[in-house]
Amino acid sequence: MPTFVRTEKCDGCKGQDRTACMYICPHDLMKLDKDGSDTGHAMKSYNQEPEQCWECYSCVKICPQNAIECRHYADVVPLGGSVQPLRGTDSIMWTIKFRNGTMKRFKFPIRTTAEGSIDPYAGKPQADMSKIEDNGFFNHNEQNGYRAGDRSELINL
Amino acid sequence: MAEFGNPEVIEEDVDILLIGGGMACCGTAFELPRWIEASGANLKVRLVDKAAMDRSGAVAQGLSAINTYIGPEQDPADYARMVSNDLMGITRDDLAYDLGRHVDESVHLFEEWGLPIWKTDENGERFDGSKGMTSLKDGGKPVRSGKWQIMINGESYKWIVAEAAKKALGIENISERVFIVKLINDKNDPSKIAGAVGFSTRDNTVHVYRAKAILLAAGGCVNIFRPRSVGEGTGRAWYPVWNAGSTYSMAAEAGAELTLMENRFVPTRFKDGYGPVGAWFLLFKSKATNAYGEAYMEKNKAMLDDYPPYGHAAVPASCLRNHLMLKEMKEGRGPIWMDTVTALANLAQTLSPREVKHLEAEAWEDFLDMCVGQCGIWVGENIEPEKKNSELMPTEPYLLGSHSGCCGIWTSGPTDVGAPTTETEAGVPAHLPQGWNWGYRGMTTVNGLFTAGDGVGASGHKFSSGSHAEGRMCAKSMVKYCLDNADYTPELDTPVEELVAAIIKPAKNFLEHKDYTTAIDVNPNYITPKMLQFRLQKIMDEYVAGVATYYNTNAEMMKVAGEKLDMLKEDAEKMRAKDLHELLRAWENYHRILTAEAHLKHIEFREESRYPGFYYRTDKNFVDEENWHCFVNSIYDKNTKKWTCFKRAHVDLVDKSKLFKAGGH
Repeated sequence: MPTFVRTEKCDGCKGQDRTACMYICPHDLMKLDKDGSDTGHAMKSYNQEPEQCWECYSCVKICPQNAIECRHYADVVPLGGSVQPLRGTDSIMWTIKFRNGTMKRFKFPIRTTAEGSIDPYAGKPQADMSKIEDNGFFNHNEQNGYRAGDRSELINL
Repeated sequence: MAEFGNPEVIEEDVDILLIGGGMACCGTAFELPRWIEASGANLKVRLVDKAAMDRSGAVAQGLSAINTYIGPEQDPADYARMVSNDLMGITRDDLAYDLGRHVDESVHLFEEWGLPIWKTDENGERFDGSKGMTSLKDGGKPVRSGKWQIMINGESYKWIVAEAAKKALGIENISERVFIVKLINDKNDPSKIAGAVGFSTRDNTVHVYRAKAILLAAGGCVNIFRPRSVGEGTGRAWYPVWNAGSTYSMAAEAGAELTLMENRFVPTRFKDGYGPVGAWFLLFKSKATNAYGEAYMEKNKAMLDDYPPYGHAAVPASCLRNHLMLKEMKEGRGPIWMDTVTALANLAQTLSPREVKHLEAEAWEDFLDMCVGQCGIWVGENIEPEKKNSELMPTEPYLLGSHSGCCGIWTSGPTDVGAPTTETEAGVPAHLPQGWNWGYRGMTTVNGLFTAGDGVGASGHKFSSGSHAEGRMCAKSMVKYCLDNADYTPELDTPVEELVAAIIKPAKNFLEHKDYTTAIDVNPNYITPKMLQFRLQKIMDEYVAGVATYYNTNAEMMKVAGEKLDMLKEDAEKMRAKDLHELLRAWENYHRILTAEAHLKHIEFREESRYPGFYYRTDKNFVDEENWHCFVNSIYDKNTKKWTCFKRAHVDLVDKSKLFKAGGH
């Protein structure tokens, strides 16, 4: 399902040097056609290598104009369906349309904290250099997740 | 002024270089600054990612489960046993055990940072992760979709983990869209790592880093075999299509010892979309059948007796489950179906309408969180899982070390679990370490070069959470290594000009020859990265046990493949790049060729079929416990371009007999 960019919706991220989709695509597929020489549509982005698209939807989810959608792999999938998300700050809404017209909608949580709110070392202890060769991490099992294990299970000691 | 083919060269000296931005490097980025702070040493760090950390690596799209969570009720030894059996008995118990005792620390952090984790209440009812129930850290009960897996609302899993990593390390110490293509050894001591080189995919700059310690964690390898879908669907690989084998090839060229590169993973997944099956099998209790409704795991159960003891565990090895399924396919009783209709009907019998609605949402979320493409297949083919069953299919082969695969780099393990300190197999090259630990946890056999996640061979089943934990372990050892080597000043063994020339050669090939023909893609002086990839995939598919031969190969076929790969390696020198995007593809494919070659050489060396269902050597179609219950390791000589394979002895550190019921299944 390569992604495609809707001509009338894409604004090229308002003339910035990089578009949001270029920023995010893990496989370097999205490209801003600055002068229109690649596509005939200047200052709009496009998927430059659709057969390499993993359908990860990173560009679809990040596009501020909701200009990016997917047309499922033409060599595999019958036409007519669509799976379109709207990603908010704490949840994602999916609108699913089947080829036969059946519609489904789902909403799932995506995070329980505000985006950008992580303070990685808040409330965490300092590392203790005398323990750098010991098991465990800098925060001394502060997360209560270290499983010391039953030493008698180790048969070669 | 820099232009394509004539880049600006930027040199930087750091103490620690992190290559990759996936779960492993995010773990390192979180753990590292605190140890550096405590050490009092002013260690400089840089992380380079070829993509954007918010959505890079194997977790870019999201996940619907964390596949490795030990929990307070299980022992790391149980985990090490499971890993071993799933990978046909040959794994490093020290690595798996160590991962098992550390991994939950990372999972608990993910929840603290905001990852929603499903919970069950005291009545066993399931709730999504947004309901504010007791955290795992404080004893909350996760929803197990298997013995080791827990369900999450994981659309933003990577986004969350990357946020913590970026804040911890500092955005000023991170370079995105820089693709590292070669590691460089030290001029005065080739057993040491000294740096790495790569280029920006955004501007015409080449980056040269000198570093004392390097973490190489750039994922596994996808697309060395011809995929089942060859048009637009090529991109719908099961593992991320951007994983190009960079970890294995760069480590090999730097002289690092690789292990079990013969291992591969051929996941059985929903056909064409490659959607996950774990929740369907384990949470929704669905069965897989042949065309005639026969459950092949039951019907072909006796075939497991051919592979004792691995076939006799409560959960037989993944490859053996494929083996039983392939019998049905080869004998013409396909298609293979996942019976979703019966599974959901059975569950609905005991549920209220509200719960049925919830169940439907869970089933869709399983795909929407991590494999939207599978939903694309379902909507296009009008498949509603409660009304219509879906096909299953074994995919093209993948090489990786973090999922149900264990190829990778031979890595120094923990010292307190009884790992061997000597080597009993003859033939290990003298310069390599004897036992399973040599000073720094997570270090490869090249001094100063560390790895984690898909890079660590002979362990497997670490998945997202374990890769993060493994990255954190490396943070500690790299700081220790830098402190112990405070006087070391890395010097690159190759002049910078030579390195730059090698990197931009595909661009030069293009610029020099492009006007020779009227159509730039067909030119006798160069080959496009795309065509080179097709050639690699054709060779691997047809001769090295791809889908074309139902995963069969033999010594004669591999001999032909070796000759063809030699010529492909020569032609790789003639790859062209018409722009920075294609330069990225050219180098990714260079990495793929070396990874594929390692795979071939290891399968050739191992004179048995260790992973039936993943590949078969038809000339050695058996598991030979007497002669081949051992690791196959290798080193690569970047000057002669030749591989040397050798055995290393396998030792059990935990008792495996606990896995097997007396008298077979």
